[in-house]
Amino acid sequence: MDKNDNKSIDRRGFLKRLGFGASIAGLSLAGCESAGRRIAGDSITSSGDIPTDKMTYRTNPKTGEKVSILGYGCMRWPTKTVSTPDGNTEEIDQETVNRLVDTAIAHGVNYFDTSPAYCKGLSERATGIALSRHPRETYYIATKLSNFAPSTWSREASIAMYRNSFKELQTDYIDYLLLHGVGMGDDGMKAYEDRYINNGVLDFLLAEREAGRIRNLGFSYHGDVAVFDHLLAEHDKYKWDFVQIQLNYLDWKHAKEINPRNTDAEYLYGELAKRGIPAVIMEPLLGGRLSNVPDHVVTRLKQRAPESSVASWAFRFAGTPEGVLTVLSGMTYMEHLEDNLRTYSPLIPLTEEEKQYLYDTADLMVQYPIIPCNDCKYCMPCPYGLDIPAILLHYNKCINEGNVPASSQSENYREARRAFLIGYDRSVPKLRQADHCIGCNQCSPHCPQNIDIPAQMQRIDGFVEKLKQETL
Amino acid sequence: MLKKTRQALAILSIIMVTLLFLDFTGTVHTWFGWMAKIQFLPALLALNFGVLAGLIILTLLLGRVYCSVICPLGIMQDGFGWLGRKAKRNRYAYSPAKNALRYFMLTVMAAAIIGGIGSVVALLAPYSAYGRIVQSMLAPAWAWGNNMLAQWAESHNSYAFYTIDIWLKGGITLGVATVTLIALAILAWRNGRTYCNTICPVGTVLGLLSRYSLFRPVIDTTKCNGCGLCARNCKAACIDSKEHAIDYSRCVACMDCIGKCHQGAISYTRLRPAKTSAANTAQTGATAKATADESRRQFLTATAALTATAALKAQEKTVDGGLAAIADKKIPARRTRIVPPGAASINNFTSHCTACQLCVSVCPNGVLRPSADLATLMQPESSYERGYCRPECTKCSEVCPAGAIRPITKAEKSSIQIGHAVWIKANCVPLTDGVECGNCARHCPTGAITMIASDPDVENSPKIPIVNTERCIGCGACENLCPARPFSAIYVEGHENHRVI
Repeated sequence: MDKNDNKSIDRRGFLKRLGFGASIAGLSLAGCESAGRRIAGDSITSSGDIPTDKMTYRTNPKTGEKVSILGYGCMRWPTKTVSTPDGNTEEIDQETVNRLVDTAIAHGVNYFDTSPAYCKGLSERATGIALSRHPRETYYIATKLSNFAPSTWSREASIAMYRNSFKELQTDYIDYLLLHGVGMGDDGMKAYEDRYINNGVLDFLLAEREAGRIRNLGFSYHGDVAVFDHLLAEHDKYKWDFVQIQLNYLDWKHAKEINPRNTDAEYLYGELAKRGIPAVIMEPLLGGRLSNVPDHVVTRLKQRAPESSVASWAFRFAGTPEGVLTVLSGMTYMEHLEDNLRTYSPLIPLTEEEKQYLYDTADLMVQYPIIPCNDCKYCMPCPYGLDIPAILLHYNKCINEGNVPASSQSENYREARRAFLIGYDRSVPKLRQADHCIGCNQCSPHCPQNIDIPAQMQRIDGFVEKLKQETL
Repeated sequence: MLKKTRQALAILSIIMVTLLFLDFTGTVHTWFGWMAKIQFLPALLALNFGVLAGLIILTLLLGRVYCSVICPLGIMQDGFGWLGRKAKRNRYAYSPAKNALRYFMLTVMAAAIIGGIGSVVALLAPYSAYGRIVQSMLAPAWAWGNNMLAQWAESHNSYAFYTIDIWLKGGITLGVATVTLIALAILAWRNGRTYCNTICPVGTVLGLLSRYSLFRPVIDTTKCNGCGLCARNCKAACIDSKEHAIDYSRCVACMDCIGKCHQGAISYTRLRPAKTSAANTAQTGATAKATADESRRQFLTATAALTATAALKAQEKTVDGGLAAIADKKIPARRTRIVPPGAASINNFTSHCTACQLCVSVCPNGVLRPSADLATLMQPESSYERGYCRPECTKCSEVCPAGAIRPITKAEKSSIQIGHAVWIKANCVPLTDGVECGNCARHCPTGAITMIASDPDVENSPKIPIVNTERCIGCGACENLCPARPFSAIYVEGHENHRVI
C-alpha cells in the first residue's frame, strides 16, 4: 500500500490512518460495505476484522467450564487430491486444517467434535495433529464411540476403538464422549441395546467417567424417539452430562413432517431443558441446506438483514436457547469459519419476533421437495460405487435453482433440462450415477436423516430417464 | 477466378465434412449432413441414384471437380501439395498414366464390393480414409479442447459446454489412419495427386467419365511457347507440354495451370481438343499399406485389467465417506457381433459400410467402435461396456451415407430386435453377494426382463432375472447397468438378421 500512496490508496487503510473511524461511515463511501450489524462502532470495515475477544460462552453446569457457543465439527475437513502410483486419492489437507484450527482457537473457539468414523476414519488423527500444537487446557475434545460396523460392537472392539481415540487425539483424557447416533437403524432400540448395554460397554464408559478419563458422558441422537425417551428416562441412573441433538429452524417444528421417523427439535430440546441437561447442537445448518436455499428464501432473509449471511440466521437460531452448550458447525472453508465467528462474536440472540420470522420461513421451505440430505456421508462408501450424497445434492441444487421442471410444458423446460443433465454429469461421474443403484439397501440404515436412499435413487433415475428421453 | 472459386469451395467443403466428424452435439449434421451423402462411394453403396446421376453429370460437364471440391481426401492432399510448393516452386513434372495399376485397383475394389469384403472396401474408399483420419486423430484433440471449454464453463456456472469422454476407440483404425495420413502427406508434398490417379478407385471411375467432359482446360497451341510451366505446376502430372496434350482422365480441374501460363494459352472451355495419344502404361511398385498389428481388444483389455482386480464385493463399512473402486467392464465373447438398429442384417451392413467412422464419431453413448476383426476391419460394431443403445437416439442411422445403417425413427427403433440378452448365472449379484438387485429388469425399455425367485419353492429366495427373448431388442441397458464387473451377469448376443417385434 505504501508504494501506491499517491495513486490508489487503499480505502480501509486510508480511513484508519486518518482516524475517522465510524463517524465517516454515514458520510461517504464505506456505508455500502459495512456489515455494521453489531460492531459498527468498532470498525466500518468489519469484513476484515473479526473480534478475537467477543465470543459468547456457555457454562457447563457440571464442571463450570466455559464452552464457546461455536463448536468445531470435524466431519468435513478439507481434502486435497494426491497422486499415488495407484492413481489419485483424496487426503485430508492437514496444512489447511491446522490453519483453520489456529484461527478458530485464536477467536475463542474451544470445543472440537470428532469421531473415529469421520472423514474415512482420518478425522481424529488430523484433529489431534492440529490441536496438539496448542496447550491441552485451551480446548475441549469431543469424540464418540461409533457404531457403523457390527464388527466393532463387541466389548473388546469397542474398548479398542475408545483407546485408539486417545492415541489419535494425542491426549490422556476425553472432555466429552458420546454414544454415537443412538436411535439409528431399522430397530433403534435393539441396535442401542446390542451396541452399548448387552455387551457392558456403557458400564465400561461409566467407570471411565468415574476414573476421570471421560470428563463428560453423553449421547448423540438420531431416528427413533423411543430410544431418546428411554435414555432420558434412565437419566437418574446414567446422569447424562450432555446430549447432542439436531436442532435448526426447519426441524424445530417440521422434522416429523419431512420424515415421519424423525422428531421435532422443539420436543427434543424441551425434554433436555426440563431435566437441565445441556444440549449440544448438530446440523444447525443442515449440511448447508439452510444457507443454500431457494432464491426467494434468500431474498426474504436478505431483505430483513441485507448485510448478514443467510447462514447466520440459522446459527443465531441454534445458539439462542439458553440450554444450548455449543453449536457444532463442520467448517470446511475459512470463509465459513469467519462468517460463523462473526455471527457468534458475540451471539445476538433472536427476538421472539425474529424467531417467528424464521418459523414462517421454514413453513415456506418445506413446500420445496428437497431431499433432506446433509452430506454427512454416513451412507458412503456405497459398495456398488455410487456417490449417493453427490446425486442428492445435485438434485437439491436443481430444485433450489428451479431446474427440476414439472413437465415438458414448463416455461423453462429446455434450459432446466440442459442444466440438470449437464450439471448431473459434472457433479457425478457416469458410473456413480443413480442408474447404477441396485437397491441393496445397505446405505439406508446408516442415514441419520432416515432417507429411503434406494427409493430416492430410483426416483431420480426415473426423472433423468424422462429428461433424456424427453417424455416428461 | 476459376482457381479462386475452386479453392473457396474446397475449403468450405472440407471444413463442413470435418465438422461432421468432430461435432458431437448433432447440430452440424442438421445443416451439413448432406455433405457425407454426396460422397461417391457411399452413394454408390447406398444405391443413391439421384446423387450418382448428379455426380456423373457434374463430371461429364465440368471434369473431375468432384476430386477438387467434394472429396475431402483430395482437398487434404491439395493442402499438403500447397505446402510442398511453398518449399519448392514448380516441383511437378509430367508422367505418363499408370493405367494398369489404376484399372487393377478398380477391379480389386469392384470385386471387394461384390464379394462383400468390407475391409478392402474400407481401405480403398477415399472419403472413409479421410473420415478415419479425422475421427481417430483429430477428434480426440477436438474433444480435449471442448473439455477445456467445459471446465471453463463449469467454473462460470454456465451450461454452454459440457465434458465428453475422450476415448481412442480403435488401435488398428488409428494405426491405419496414421499410415494413410503419413503416406498421403509425403506423396502429395512431392508429387501432388499421385494417390488419386493411381490408387483411388473413385478417381479412376471419374477419370473414365472426365475424358469426355464438356468443359476442360485446353491449350491454345498458337499461343503456347512450350515453356512447360503448366506441366511443372500440374499436381495431377497430366500435362504433356511438349505434345500440348492434357490427360483428361487424370486432370482434377484444379485450374492452377490456367493462371500459371504467362501466355494465356490455357483456358477452360468447351472446345473439343485433338484426341490424346494413348498413354504408355508403365509398371510401378504398388504403394503398399502397412497394416497396424495392434489389437484393439488387447488395448481395451489392458486398460481394463488395471482395475479388474478391484473387488466389488460389498466391503464392510466401518467409517463414513469414500468411494468404492469400480472395475471397468470387459467385452464379453459374443458369438455374433452386434450392429446398430437400421443395419437390417450383418450382411447388409458389411456389404455397404465403407468404414468412414461417421457413425462412430456421432454415437453419444460410447456404443459404436471400429471392429478389429480382419473381415470387417474398421467397420463399426456395438458393445455395451461404456453405455448402451439408448431409446431416444437414432444418430448413427441419420448420418450413415452408405446405406449400411438405414434411417429409422425412435418408434421404429423401439421394436427392432438387434440381439437378445443372455443371463450368466455365475456373475449374478443376488446369488454372489446375496443382495437385492434387479437393475436389469428396472432399466429394460421393453419389459423383457422379469425378476423371479431363484428357488421356485422358496418365495424369499434371491430374485434372479429371466429374459423373454421375444420382447428383448438387444439395446444393452441390462448389460451396461449390471453391477457385476468386469463381466456382466447379463449380456447381449447379436442377431444376424434384425427383425421387427
